[in-house]
Amino acid sequence: MSNAPVDNSRRRFLTIATSVVGGVGAAGAAVPFIASWNPSERAKSAGAPVEVDISKLEPGQLIRVEWRGKPVWVINRTPKMLEQMKAHEGQLRDPQSEEPQQLDSAKNEYRSKRPEIFVAVGICTHLGCSPSFFNGGFGEFVEGTESGFFCPCHGSKFDMAGRVFQAVPAPLNLEIPPYTFIDDTTILVGEEEVA
Amino acid sequence: MAGKQDNASTGVVGNVINWIDDRIPMTRVWNMHIAQYPAPKNFNFWYLFGSLAILVLVNQILTGIWLTMSYVPSAEGAFASIEYIMRDVEYGWLLRYMHSTGASAFFVVVYLHMFRGMIYGSYQKPRELLWLFGMLIFLALMAEAFMGYLLPWGQMSFWGAQVIISLFGAIPVIGDDLTQWIRGDYVISGATLNRFFALHVIALPLVLVILVFLHIVALHEVGSNNPDGVEIKRKKGSVAEEDKPKFQFHEYYTNKKDIVDAIPFHPYYTVKDVLGVAGFLIFFCWVVFFAPEMGGFFLEAPNFEAANPLKTPEHIFPVWYFTPFYAILRAIPDKLMGVIAMGASIVLLALLPWLDRGKVRSIRYRSKWHKLNIAQFVVTFIILGWAGATPQTDLSTVLSRITTVTYFMFFVLLFVYSKNEQTKPLPERLTK
Amino acid sequence: MMKKLIIGLFALLPTFAMAAGPSVPLLESNHDLTDNASLQRGAKLFMNYCLGCHQMQYQRYERTFRDIGIPVEIGQETLIFDGSKVGSHINNAIKIEDAATWFGAPPPDLTLVARVRGADWIYTYLKSFYVDESRPFGVNNSVFPSVGMPHVLQELQGVPTARFEEVEEHGVKVQKVVEITTDGSGEMSADEYDQAVRDLTNFMAYVGEPTRLKSEALGYKVLGFLVILFILAFFLKKEYWRDVH
Repeated sequence: MSNAPVDNSRRRFLTIATSVVGGVGAAGAAVPFIASWNPSERAKSAGAPVEVDISKLEPGQLIRVEWRGKPVWVINRTPKMLEQMKAHEGQLRDPQSEEPQQLDSAKNEYRSKRPEIFVAVGICTHLGCSPSFFNGGFGEFVEGTESGFFCPCHGSKFDMAGRVFQAVPAPLNLEIPPYTFIDDTTILVGEEEVA
Repeated sequence: MAGKQDNASTGVVGNVINWIDDRIPMTRVWNMHIAQYPAPKNFNFWYLFGSLAILVLVNQILTGIWLTMSYVPSAEGAFASIEYIMRDVEYGWLLRYMHSTGASAFFVVVYLHMFRGMIYGSYQKPRELLWLFGMLIFLALMAEAFMGYLLPWGQMSFWGAQVIISLFGAIPVIGDDLTQWIRGDYVISGATLNRFFALHVIALPLVLVILVFLHIVALHEVGSNNPDGVEIKRKKGSVAEEDKPKFQFHEYYTNKKDIVDAIPFHPYYTVKDVLGVAGFLIFFCWVVFFAPEMGGFFLEAPNFEAANPLKTPEHIFPVWYFTPFYAILRAIPDKLMGVIAMGASIVLLALLPWLDRGKVRSIRYRSKWHKLNIAQFVVTFIILGWAGATPQTDLSTVLSRITTVTYFMFFVLLFVYSKNEQTKPLPERLTK
Repeated sequence: MMKKLIIGLFALLPTFAMAAGPSVPLLESNHDLTDNASLQRGAKLFMNYCLGCHQMQYQRYERTFRDIGIPVEIGQETLIFDGSKVGSHINNAIKIEDAATWFGAPPPDLTLVARVRGADWIYTYLKSFYVDESRPFGVNNSVFPSVGMPHVLQELQGVPTARFEEVEEHGVKVQKVVEITTDGSGEMSADEYDQAVRDLTNFMAYVGEPTRLKSEALGYKVLGFLVILFILAFFLKKEYWRDVH
């Protein structure tokens, strides 16, 4: 005699139904375990939007602020920087910012809400080092461009809009975080709309 | 290899199974211990608690691992990290309540499981070692629960641990040095917390899992007892062909013995256990979601206050599952004797296979005296549990002294009357 | 028979727990965690009257606002007095050493007071202050004798006076507070004060276990699901066991 269940439809139906409902239960029980790995209220509180005062930001100057544990650059770009950016577009991987490394509001030729004020996450898209800012002297890496970012870890190069040059390890442009101008001299990094 | 042939099939799944079976005995173990394991057909309600204990163990391990992810094992950070879990971690409150309720649920099912063993004589020959492994599990579980209770670093955590560790101080000569060695400090401190944490999350769970494995190995070697206490494994050749069950059992069992009144564990007891699990979870989840404190018995109110070495709570008593033994300790007005009595109350349980000299296992066929003795033991255990959870009053002291005596009398009486007990005739076959 | 015993045992549990309660009979707080208006009034009272000395160091403003239905910006403007960020804990600026000097002991954190003492205790406590010039702060409390804090809600309640009666306790005659009346100088009537205290109690009960309502809402779903699973498992078991019987 075999232990195999008698082939009857009631038995099969009940076995399948109980298994399905039990499976749903197991999946439901997994929810708290999975959800508990999300950032906690403490992490969210520490990662809350950061206000940056740019009233004293000189042209050509870069300031770093910490947002969600990452360095965020705020740079007041000079007209010369903006001008030179157009020259090397042919050498860039993604000059039109097609990859979703920014919100739509920053998907433009300067990758910013205002042409002169540049906000970006200062982390190389290759392996997460923080590139160095060259305000002048960048010509040694890219001819005809005086300013840009050079990542010391693996030599990735970015222009003054955080756009990555071709033939470097980094695959993508620098990430532009969501940010908002609360007023003329204050930026809120981390939130797109004014609260 | 008969089992393997039965299950070997063609197609991709069959090939994968064959591939594995050539390397580890997957199908054989499945058949031997689950699909063709002969279980008595008359298991009742009491036989659900073994599988429920495994369910709770899995729950404790999983929620425990997840709690460890956010818990801070230090005297400075422990209490705050529990509130961090309760408030800041998504679903942290649920994981924590599942763990705290699971601790109590563990003892509920284990006590019922042990009681089942007592009433049906499951500890009797040849299941002595099975019973001893069970008692070791019980001891490891008590240690696990006790150390886990210190971790929230609340007032009860601290003072409960203080009282229990001080028990070791009753041991002559080495007592004081021993307590200091256990604490790693002159008082309960961060050092104590850290070593308890290590034991609670790594060492004791490992011990528990190994003991549970051995418990099941021992069970499957001797086979399950049943509510009639009549063996289902008979001498080879003693059972007529038409009396044998219509099911196929693994040759490991049938080669040695003839088997009567048995059914394969799977699917009959797996579906029954699923039913038991669903029923148990209804109670369990009700507590978790609606009454996690269980009236102060699963989570004690003073433990919502951070540990304060300078302020003792008004009433210190252990969590409910320790209160019967704590009551025995308190009942005896001498520190050393109290500790000895408490230890003896557990040792005697472990010695049941030798204290019970009867040949009939199940309460169904034993004497009126045995039934009365078990009934008084149940009442005794409940009263002790109550007395240990109550501030000491004249009434609770008197009651706990009386029941301490009746607790030990259970074993003494059992030893005496079981030698020549008037038992009922055993049935030839299992009853419904 | 055993089943009945087990169920009976569990039915008795809460009774035992009550037996270990305090000696002064407590009033029922009748607070309602689903009443957001009451929780909001309670939060306002807490921030205005309690937070000066007591903290809720494990609870954050933002989640509190979210849970009790206060828009975050409004909460930030009206309920955060020290310029804290909304994501921060409900803390005050008192240094523990200072507090210990002023009050003899640091004012306890109130995040979990409702779980340690119970809502009824808080409700009764807040209604049990009475004038007692022998005490450093000029008041005493009948559920917390020799209380170490002033009656901060006096401007709302008015000056409370206690009437004592001599009662016998364990064979000893003691003076016990039997009634507390106020002089009517407070901003609130007796009923309004009761409601304010209830609101404050409600808020503390919420903070003690901010997930209580969420837990119960989820609990009904889980139990409903388990009942379905139980019914299916019941019929499945019955179906298979036809082979055995």
